[in-house]
Amino acid sequence: MKRVLTLALLLAAACGGDRRETPAGAAAPSGGSNKAITIKGSDTMVILGQRFAEEYMKNNPGVVVQVNGGGSGTGIAALINGTVDLAQSSRPMKDGEKADVEKKRNAKLNETPVALDALAVFVNSGNKVQELTLDQLAQVYTGKITNWNQIGGANAPIVLYGRENSSGTYEYFKEHVLAKADFAPRTQTLQGTAAVINAVSRDVNGIGYGGIAYAQGVRPIGVKKDAAAAAVEPTEANVANGTYPIARNLYFYWISTASPQLQQFVRWATSPEGQKMVENVGYFPLPETTRTSTQ
Amino acid sequence: MNDRRKVDLTRGVKGRFIRDRLMTVVFTGAGWVAILFIALIFVFTFREALPIFTEAEVAKEANLHEFFVQKVEGETIEQQYIWQPVGDVPKFSFIPLILGTLKATFVGLLFACPIGVAAALFSSEFAPPKLREWIKPVIELLAGIPSVVLGFFALLVLASWLQNMFGFTYRLNAWNAGLALGIALLPVVFTISEDGMSSVPRHYREGSLALGASRFQTAWKVVLPAALPAVFASFVLAFGRAIGETMILLMAGGNAAITSFSLSDPLRTLSATIAAELGEVVFGDPHYSALFFMGTLLFVMTFVSNSVGQWVVGRMQRRMQGES
Repeated sequence: MKRVLTLALLLAAACGGDRRETPAGAAAPSGGSNKAITIKGSDTMVILGQRFAEEYMKNNPGVVVQVNGGGSGTGIAALINGTVDLAQSSRPMKDGEKADVEKKRNAKLNETPVALDALAVFVNSGNKVQELTLDQLAQVYTGKITNWNQIGGANAPIVLYGRENSSGTYEYFKEHVLAKADFAPRTQTLQGTAAVINAVSRDVNGIGYGGIAYAQGVRPIGVKKDAAAAAVEPTEANVANGTYPIARNLYFYWISTASPQLQQFVRWATSPEGQKMVENVGYFPLPETTRTSTQ
Repeated sequence: MNDRRKVDLTRGVKGRFIRDRLMTVVFTGAGWVAILFIALIFVFTFREALPIFTEAEVAKEANLHEFFVQKVEGETIEQQYIWQPVGDVPKFSFIPLILGTLKATFVGLLFACPIGVAAALFSSEFAPPKLREWIKPVIELLAGIPSVVLGFFALLVLASWLQNMFGFTYRLNAWNAGLALGIALLPVVFTISEDGMSSVPRHYREGSLALGASRFQTAWKVVLPAALPAVFASFVLAFGRAIGETMILLMAGGNAAITSFSLSDPLRTLSATIAAELGEVVFGDPHYSALFFMGTLLFVMTFVSNSVGQWVVGRMQRRMQGES
């Protein structure tokens, strides 16, 4: 009798409710209370998001803004699953993801760039390599070039550092530098650009990539579009005039059914006040033409 | 209050009987709840992995063949077995991850088992009583160090130290991760082995010494074999702990999913993969089901290793007592 009872209990628990439907349904009204704005997503943008939050909360007492990291992929998944209404992403959303959001959340998806970033490639300060072409970068990161002396450095193996596959930076690099090829299996994946920088600063043969705002103790190298072009450093001027080959937008993705406080926050982020925060953190503000005015 | 003429149910012979029954039910219930938790965890984890077997769209990309057999174009096994779940053609081979788990476990046990058993032997056979009184709590203090702290320590300090001493190409590799893991496993091996050795009956030692054996000979040839079931049980427990350890290996292992047998290469374990990637998957994705299947696999591996270990320990004990 006891055995039957236990078995019945187990089966009942296993059959109990299809979990897949509940998260979207439960979170449909808003991702949190009316006063709290929850943002999730890019580790590249997490400090920027926190600065936005701090400054906004200072100017608007009574509003609470919470910022989490986890990677652009995590933020986008959370937006689809209904856990948040605003996702930060360092890569544009794919069409399939956009369709998923609109279908599961029953709302229109809005894409707002809030900053410009140069995806910089870093080497250790003791490394003599100053510049690489995009093609050389691709060959290094797909494992075809394995020694520094093949690209103008010392005779030492190249140690690759990269990001987790939940990272928007990972996806952006894969798409725009590797042309969608796979990373070499030897790429050590680390959590967050800061961890990548830390690893490269301790490893004389290391190479890593990440947002320009984090460059401490390592040297970003100039990137050449091809062998004939000049090397372009990742600076604000070069990103603004489009000569740096791997520059990108940093995005806020939010749905039309989000609370008015959230929409106000997004407007504030693209205003001159919000953009001052962008410079503060080390990214590049949007060009004058795409900013909004404060309300 | 005093007017009441009801029977006080907690007093008297009848009360004792009812109290007894009540406590039996409570304890039995608690025991069953523990078993129920384990069973339910397995059920729920496996349920999320079920689409691999039931839904065609998921099974197209994530299936048992893909996990364990699928090879990609390449000359070496490093190029053939790939885990890259995010991309145009997702690759879900578990082989590099299983290999990484086993490498880290191997190094961890290599470090923890001899040192743990030696420390236990010292503590129970050779240490003066005063020393023994504080050696045990101090080593057990080691067990209280959070694994994220150990991982952090290995990432910043141990890795540089090892690289300077041995000249590794990769700073974060299986030796680094395994050593940090060994530090976490040491208290497990020590505590259980030491308990086993202390409970070897005194007359074993006395008999051996009376026959003229030295203290070391007694410890090595009489006490240690007598405590072998406990020592082996501690190894099995350490193995189970090592297989499931997440944070240390996530931080100190380098997280590169390589199919390589070299211990100087970085590694990525099953548990670290789940920890790192589960946050970004969408419900119902093949990636999602693959990760849950990985969790089920870990659960089964630990369960099987514990069961086998218990069986072997049981046989050893029976043989020790001359029953089989």
